[in-house]
Amino acid sequence: MSVVKMKINGKAVSGEVEPRTLLVEFIREHQGLTGTHVGCDTSQCGACVVHVDGKAIKSCTTLAVACEGATVTTVEGLAKGIELHPMQAAFKEHHGLQCGFCTPGMIMSAIDIVKRNGKNVSEEVIRRELSGNICRCTGYHNIVKAVQAGAANM
Amino acid sequence: MADTKTGVGASVRRKEDLRFITGKGNYTDDINLKDQTYAYFLRSPHAHATIKSINTAKAKKMPGVVGIFVGEDVANDKLGGLICGWGITSKDGSGMKAGPHPVLAQGKVRYVGDHVAVVIAETKEQARTAAQAIVVSYGVLPHVVDAAKAMKSKVQVHEVASDNRVFNWSLGNEEATNAAFKNAAHVTKLDIINNRLIPNAMEPRAAIGSYDTGTESYTLYTTSQNPHVARLVISAFHGLAPEHKLRVIAPDVGGGFGSKIFIYAEEVVCVWASKHIGGRPIKWTGDRSEAFLADAHGRDHVTKAELAMDASGKITGMRVHTIAALGAYLSTFSAAVPTYLYGTLMSGQYDIPNIYVEVDAVYTNTAPVDAYRGAGRPEATYVVERLVETAARELKQDPAEFRRRSFVKSFPHQTPVIMCYDAGDYGAALDKALEMSDYKNFAKRKAESAKNGKLRGVGFSAYIEACGIAPSAAVGSLGAGVGLWESAEVRVNPIGTVEILTGSHSHGQGHETTFAQLVVEKLGVDINSVSIVHGDTDKVQMGMGTYGSRSGAVGMHAISKALDKIEAKAKRVAAAVMESSVDDVEFKNGTFTVKGTDKKMAFGEVALQAYLGHKFNSSEIEIGLKETAFHDPANFVFPAGVHICEVEVDVDTGLTKIVDYTAVDDFGNLINPMIVEGQVQGGVAQGIGQALLEGAVYDEDSGQLLTGSFMDYNMPRAANMPSIENFRLGFTCTPCPTNPMGMKGCGEAGAIAAPPAVINAITNAIGVREIAMPATPLTVWTAMQANKKAAE
Amino acid sequence: MENFNYHRPATTTAAAALMKKGKDAKYMAGGHTLLPTMKQGLAAPTDIIDLTAIKNFSGIKVSKTSVSIKAGTTHMEVATSKEIKKAIPALAEMAGKIGGVHVRHKGTIGGSVANADPAADYPSACLGLGATIETNKRKIEADKFFTGMFATALKDGEIITAVHFPIPKKSAHQKFPNPASRYALTGVFVSQDAKGKVRVGVTGAAATAFRATDIEAALSKDFSAKSATSVKIASKSLMTDMHATAAYRANLISVLAGRAVAAAK
Repeated sequence: MSVVKMKINGKAVSGEVEPRTLLVEFIREHQGLTGTHVGCDTSQCGACVVHVDGKAIKSCTTLAVACEGATVTTVEGLAKGIELHPMQAAFKEHHGLQCGFCTPGMIMSAIDIVKRNGKNVSEEVIRRELSGNICRCTGYHNIVKAVQAGAANM
Repeated sequence: MADTKTGVGASVRRKEDLRFITGKGNYTDDINLKDQTYAYFLRSPHAHATIKSINTAKAKKMPGVVGIFVGEDVANDKLGGLICGWGITSKDGSGMKAGPHPVLAQGKVRYVGDHVAVVIAETKEQARTAAQAIVVSYGVLPHVVDAAKAMKSKVQVHEVASDNRVFNWSLGNEEATNAAFKNAAHVTKLDIINNRLIPNAMEPRAAIGSYDTGTESYTLYTTSQNPHVARLVISAFHGLAPEHKLRVIAPDVGGGFGSKIFIYAEEVVCVWASKHIGGRPIKWTGDRSEAFLADAHGRDHVTKAELAMDASGKITGMRVHTIAALGAYLSTFSAAVPTYLYGTLMSGQYDIPNIYVEVDAVYTNTAPVDAYRGAGRPEATYVVERLVETAARELKQDPAEFRRRSFVKSFPHQTPVIMCYDAGDYGAALDKALEMSDYKNFAKRKAESAKNGKLRGVGFSAYIEACGIAPSAAVGSLGAGVGLWESAEVRVNPIGTVEILTGSHSHGQGHETTFAQLVVEKLGVDINSVSIVHGDTDKVQMGMGTYGSRSGAVGMHAISKALDKIEAKAKRVAAAVMESSVDDVEFKNGTFTVKGTDKKMAFGEVALQAYLGHKFNSSEIEIGLKETAFHDPANFVFPAGVHICEVEVDVDTGLTKIVDYTAVDDFGNLINPMIVEGQVQGGVAQGIGQALLEGAVYDEDSGQLLTGSFMDYNMPRAANMPSIENFRLGFTCTPCPTNPMGMKGCGEAGAIAAPPAVINAITNAIGVREIAMPATPLTVWTAMQANKKAAE
Repeated sequence: MENFNYHRPATTTAAAALMKKGKDAKYMAGGHTLLPTMKQGLAAPTDIIDLTAIKNFSGIKVSKTSVSIKAGTTHMEVATSKEIKKAIPALAEMAGKIGGVHVRHKGTIGGSVANADPAADYPSACLGLGATIETNKRKIEADKFFTGMFATALKDGEIITAVHFPIPKKSAHQKFPNPASRYALTGVFVSQDAKGKVRVGVTGAAATAFRATDIEAALSKDFSAKSATSVKIASKSLMTDMHATAAYRANLISVLAGRAVAAAK
């Protein structure tokens, strides 16, 4: 067991973890932030995507100990109080979610896509860069629309 | 007229979204109970084996282990086995051959992933580690995983079924159909495989079972589409506890697609075992690998199908024989899927005077097969639409016009396979789809594609489906173990806010919004004054849950009925308060008025008066404003539509791209078009998945599931779908006559319609008669190579 | 997954020392191969030596003749490097096709090359460009580096520190991804240097990445798409699995080589 310290959603947190503790376990089970989900065990589905030091990564394929000193943002950290992040608002406005399980990872990935590709990111780039996020409900149609709309407002 | 912005017909943004986009959803795995323990299921590594012995002695001494249970413990406790809730009678009158399905294997394992033991420990890792210390001695038996081989195999999956045949079921008039074929001028024949699919809702199944030693009652949190049915089965068949001592809660559920209808071993074991470890809660969260192995799969049909036509090209008969795999055990609704949800749809949108369907359902050493989005109807539609398309091509007729000529044109229409279609206009949907897809200029687009080295093809699918299976007496006569009605309770609070308690369950469908829209429409209240309560057997009266696109047509109908009762009661209160005759009270836009006077009361005021009881005689009018309704529909509802798919196939690699997709659907009146469109888009994605990407593969030699993770099982991704511009949705409307909303179901249409549209497009593009699903690049390239060779 | 000892050394020397000490130690960079393997119970190292904290372990240097990429450089950094896009655009494009965005944010060139997954993308670029792999001990030519399935010329404890790619006259990369895993079902990297020497690196098709020497010979005579596609690839040594047969992979090699030649710049 070792103590790991990091900043999650602006708050300094620390906890005792085993080396094998995954970042997603630290977030969900130690910190009680259950917005980040686990949808697979082969690093494919993207339900667990969070930002570590500003980059979208899969928290199921990251060791908590390796995030010592890191700045982590989860879906819970996006809104400012009750004011939604533009990408969250776009997902609602464009019906970019149904069951909601993949949604946190989708939104975190979407923000990363816009950060790197800009406000006018094309549909083709969005679709390609969402390859690491699986949704079973929406057929992606409205997710792509939401990402485009969210991008414009970011 | 109610509020047009939030009433029926408006694309209201979803009320449930806020919690999901902010990470505040409450899924089963998000819940943690005090003193919780963790379960790990030890699963069979073999497709078929006897269990000679299980030694748990070493594992029991491992750190953190709280308890280990095996089949013998379950048997000693007389915990009932898993059931199939639909009995099918064979053609020869014999009953279905149901083998035992204990929640933990007893004596034998029958598929890779079968539950052998459960380890309960303080942590997940401890449970898993201890499970590895359990020593199971297996006597490996030969296995059969291929549906087509099951009846001829020497392997016997269950003692009760010597040829592995669960039943041999038929529907329709065999003699008349044979005669039609005898007199046919042209017969089209196809061998069809409907590929096995793995549902893969994004939230893996999970359960938390607990036993309260103080109240002697159980609570089960579970990822269920129908918590009341789970309670009924666990009470009545597993015999765990009477219903009033068992609370089942299905909180936010991350998608179901059928796979979370069923009662599974894991949830039964968790709630049962809790008592045996002194009442501590037991949590199990399946991982994706377990979902692949042990969630009920879908489809897996091997079919021979024939279509007979007379000299004028009129369809005169259809004959279908299907072998349907049901896996190693009969899952909750499995027997209904390849029978009453399949054979009854064989008439499609067509006027076919003679139909005969025969189905052999078989056991295989694989995960159980049960309802998956569409459940039987996609399989039927695939048969019908592949046959019709192929027949049109053989007769050298335009596939659209051949369909049009063959459509049912007057309603009601009684098919030879039970169904009586109540309303529809199939030609209208076809016209609209042809127009929207610009079918007349297809040749131009094909030529354009050819310039880029791509083969372009177009495919049609004119589907019909039947949802809201009903009425209960009818389904009972066909073998259903339950009634298929729905319930609703409307609680109007004293200040006029409304709580709707429904037996339907939302796991992505948006009930919290659409159901509220109905309340807005009927009571004229603000949508924010309405909340929907579901998914908890302690809160909601008995209900049947959500599957088979039933929640709109059946669930909302029940709500509608209860709201009518509320209106009637409120009118009596209003009449008393306004000192008028109840016959003179009118209710419109949330206001009660008295005919011919300027007296009026808002809905909220009436609600308050109903609870105050100051202004009416409470011996004549009961205090309060709360009503319950159970609704049993008079008939199924029959959504139908035409989907047109255009593909481009890369000549060099066989890679198929959906370049254009048009879906025109008739769902009757739409409550929330935005949500309906979302259902179609998602359904089409699953249909495209089946046609191009997804297919469960069991290894013949080892019986192992080869497609056991997202690394090998190909889920549709964003780039597999047509572009926003080239994915067009349209609607036609023939209101359903059997419900007051005039609505039909919309949840499964896409998954039903898409596979034949895609495959018809590919076969059209590359000029072959048949191609197997999923039409992967390898499959398509191989077909093109064979075609080339044949032409040489 | 099983537990292990976690180390995060600051130098390659310290890392190598830890590797020697560990019973069954493994280096880890991005972790996107190792951790999934461990989660599936297919690996259970006693020690994980995280290389991401090593100083000066990542970075890109482009000279007139070569692109040098330090081992800890992520795929995203390579994919978006303006200098690489100018010097060897195909290399940046290839890095941009590895895994998904999240994999590219974490996965590194050193990890990918050292792991030598038969379906990874980097090996095709290493072979197709004639890269040199530099370790804490020596320099190894790519042609001698990939020795088999998940097997390389690396000795126990040896750490890749950088990969050097000579800048060709033109090059291109074509990938046909496995639709499920996104690894290369087959990937081809083609380059032609100033002297006209052609290299064709192939990944995903066999147990290990290899050079398609028949296509190289044909392209040396005539650097055209038709010249590449006219070479009939023998399927004998290629892989067959449920996603692709050897014959299909053989076809993909010539199709992708032709497309790469047509796209080469």
